[in-house]
Amino acid sequence: MSAIIEEAVDSAAIASASTKRKPLWQLAIRNPAVLFGAVILLIMVAIAVLAPYLGTVDPTRIDPAARNKKPGTEITYRLDDGSTTKHVAHMGTDTLGRDVYSRVLYGTRVSLIVGISVAFFAVVLGLVIGMVSGYIRWLDGIIMRIMDGLMAIPGILLAIALVSIWRAGLITVIFAIVVPEVPRVVRLVRSIVLTVREEPYVEGAVSVGTPTWTLMMRHILPNTVAPLIVQATFTAAAAIIVEAILSFLGIGIPPETPSWGNIMAEGRTLFRIFPHNILYPGIFLALAVLAINVMGDGLRDTLDPKMSKKV
Amino acid sequence: MLDFIARRLVAIIPVLAVVAIFVFLMLRLTPGDPAAVIAGDNATSDQIALIRAKLGLDLPIWQQFFIWIGDILRGNFGESFFFKKTVTELIAQRLEPTLALSICTLIVAVTTAVPLGVIAAYRHGSLLDRFVMGFSVLGFSLPSFVIGYCLIYIFAIDLGWLPVQGYTRIGVDFWAFLEHIILPSITLGIIYVALIARITRASVLEVLNEDYIRTARAKGLSNRVVLMRHALRNAAVPILTVIGIGIALLIGGAVVTESVFGLPGLGRLTVEAVLSRDFPTIQAVILMFSVVYVVINLLIDIGYTLFDPRIRY
Repeated sequence: MSAIIEEAVDSAAIASASTKRKPLWQLAIRNPAVLFGAVILLIMVAIAVLAPYLGTVDPTRIDPAARNKKPGTEITYRLDDGSTTKHVAHMGTDTLGRDVYSRVLYGTRVSLIVGISVAFFAVVLGLVIGMVSGYIRWLDGIIMRIMDGLMAIPGILLAIALVSIWRAGLITVIFAIVVPEVPRVVRLVRSIVLTVREEPYVEGAVSVGTPTWTLMMRHILPNTVAPLIVQATFTAAAAIIVEAILSFLGIGIPPETPSWGNIMAEGRTLFRIFPHNILYPGIFLALAVLAINVMGDGLRDTLDPKMSKKV
Repeated sequence: MLDFIARRLVAIIPVLAVVAIFVFLMLRLTPGDPAAVIAGDNATSDQIALIRAKLGLDLPIWQQFFIWIGDILRGNFGESFFFKKTVTELIAQRLEPTLALSICTLIVAVTTAVPLGVIAAYRHGSLLDRFVMGFSVLGFSLPSFVIGYCLIYIFAIDLGWLPVQGYTRIGVDFWAFLEHIILPSITLGIIYVALIARITRASVLEVLNEDYIRTARAKGLSNRVVLMRHALRNAAVPILTVIGIGIALLIGGAVVTESVFGLPGLGRLTVEAVLSRDFPTIQAVILMFSVVYVVINLLIDIGYTLFDPRIRY
C-alpha cells in the first residue's frame, strides 16, 4: 500500500518537475543579458585556450633590451640559436621587457581558472554543509554559528589572512577565496532546505517513509539548482576580482605567472609614464567581471523570479 | 528595548568567539614554531625563547587561548618584531587615514547613492532609471584599483588638479588633507554607491505602491514631501541594512585603495604585515576590523527603532 502511494507521490513530483523543465539554457539564452554575457565569456574562453596561437610570445620571457616600450613598438628578439625574430608589442612591454599583450592573453587563463574553480568549490562545499545544517537539527546551531563567525570577517581580509598562513600559489589563492564565499552558499542552501521541507509534497514523501537520502536527492536538491547557478556566477565574478586584488597587492599568485593582477602590480611603479601596463589588463578584468555579472543578473531574472523581485 | 539590546549583545558573543578562535588558530596553523614565526626572520634565540615563555607554548592549547584573549582584552596585542613597536602603538599611528577614508567614502557614497536611487525609483522605467541601474552593474564590476588608476590618470596626471598619491594629516593642513582624500574616497565609494543606489531604488519603489503614498498625494502634498517624508523614511530600513553590510566592502576596499593611493593607513599596514609575515599585526588588524564590522551592524540593528517606530522589540 505505502509503496503505491510513494510511487504516486514520486511520479507526481516528477511530473510537476518535467512540465517546468523546458531546457533551462534555452529559457536563459533568450534573455539578452545572458546572451551578452555568454558571448563575451566565450570569447574570453577562446582567448584563454588559443593564447599560444594569437600572435603571442613567451609571457615570462625577460628581455632587458626591450624594457618599457610603448604600445605598438616593434621588438627584435634574439633566439637561443642566434637568429632573430621581430615582434610587435601591441600593448607595450613592462619594466622587465616582457610583452604585455602576451601576458594579458595568458592572464585570461589564470582568471578563468580561479573564477570557475572558486565558484565550483564554494557551491559544492556550501551545498553539502547547507543541506546538513538544514536537515540535522542538532548540528544546525553549531554550523551556523561558525558560518556567522566567518562572515563577520570581511571577505578580502579573510582571504589575505589565509594566504598569509600558507605559501602563495594558485591552489592557496583559490582556497583562500573559497572559504569566505562558503557561508553565503550555506545560508542560501539552508534557507531553501528549511522552506522546501515544509512543502506538502515533501511531507507526503516523508509520510510514506521515503528514506532521508532519497528525499534529499529527489525533492530537496532540485530546488537548489536554479538559485545556486545564479549564486555561482556572482561568486565567480567576485573571485576573479579578489584574485586580481591579491596578486596586485603582491600576496597572490607568484609574480612571474602572468595574471591580470600581477601585470598591474608590475605596472604600478612606472604608472605615470607607462599607464598601458595597468590600462590593458584593467580593461580585460573589468570586461570579464562585467560579462559574468550581467549574465548573473539575467540568469536570476529567468531562473529565479522570486529572488529577482527582492533586489 | 533594553531587553532587545541585551539579547543582541549576547548574540554577538558566539560570533566574536568564532572570529577570535580563527585568529588565534591562524598562528598555530602556520608551519613551524609559532614563537619563531612571531619573532620574524631576524630574531635572536633569546627573543624566541622569551616569546615562547610568554605565549606559554608548553601549556595545553586552550590555556594558551585564554592567555592570548586575556592579553587582548587588556589592549595588549603583542609586539611587532618587524616594525619594532607594540602592535597597539602601530595601529594607533595608522588609524587616522583609514578612519578619514571610511568617513569620507560614506559621505560621498550616501549623498550620491540615496538621491540617485530615489530619483530612479520615482522616474521608474525612464532613461535616468536605466542609467542608474546600468551604472550600478558597472560599479560592481569595475575593480576599485582600476577605477583608482583611471582617476589618478585623469585628475592627477592629465589635468594636474589633485596630487597623485600620499596623505596629509588632517591637523597639519586641512586643504591638503582634502586634496589627498578626495580621489580615494570616490574610488572606494563607487562600489558602495552601486550597492546603495540599487537597494534604495528597490525599496522606494516598493513603498511608492503603498496606500499611504496615494493618500499623501491625494491630500495634495508636493512630490518632494511625498518622496522625502513618506517614501524615503519608510524605505530606510533596507537602506540602512545594506549600508551596514557594505562596511565589509568598505574595509576590504580600504586595503586596496590605500595601496593604490599610498595612504599610510590600516589597510596598507595589513598588506605590509602579510608581506613581512608579521603575525601579531595581522591578527590584531583582522580581529579589530571584524569587531568594528559586527558592532556597526549591531548599532544599525538598534538604530532601526529610531527610523521606524513600527519596529518594536
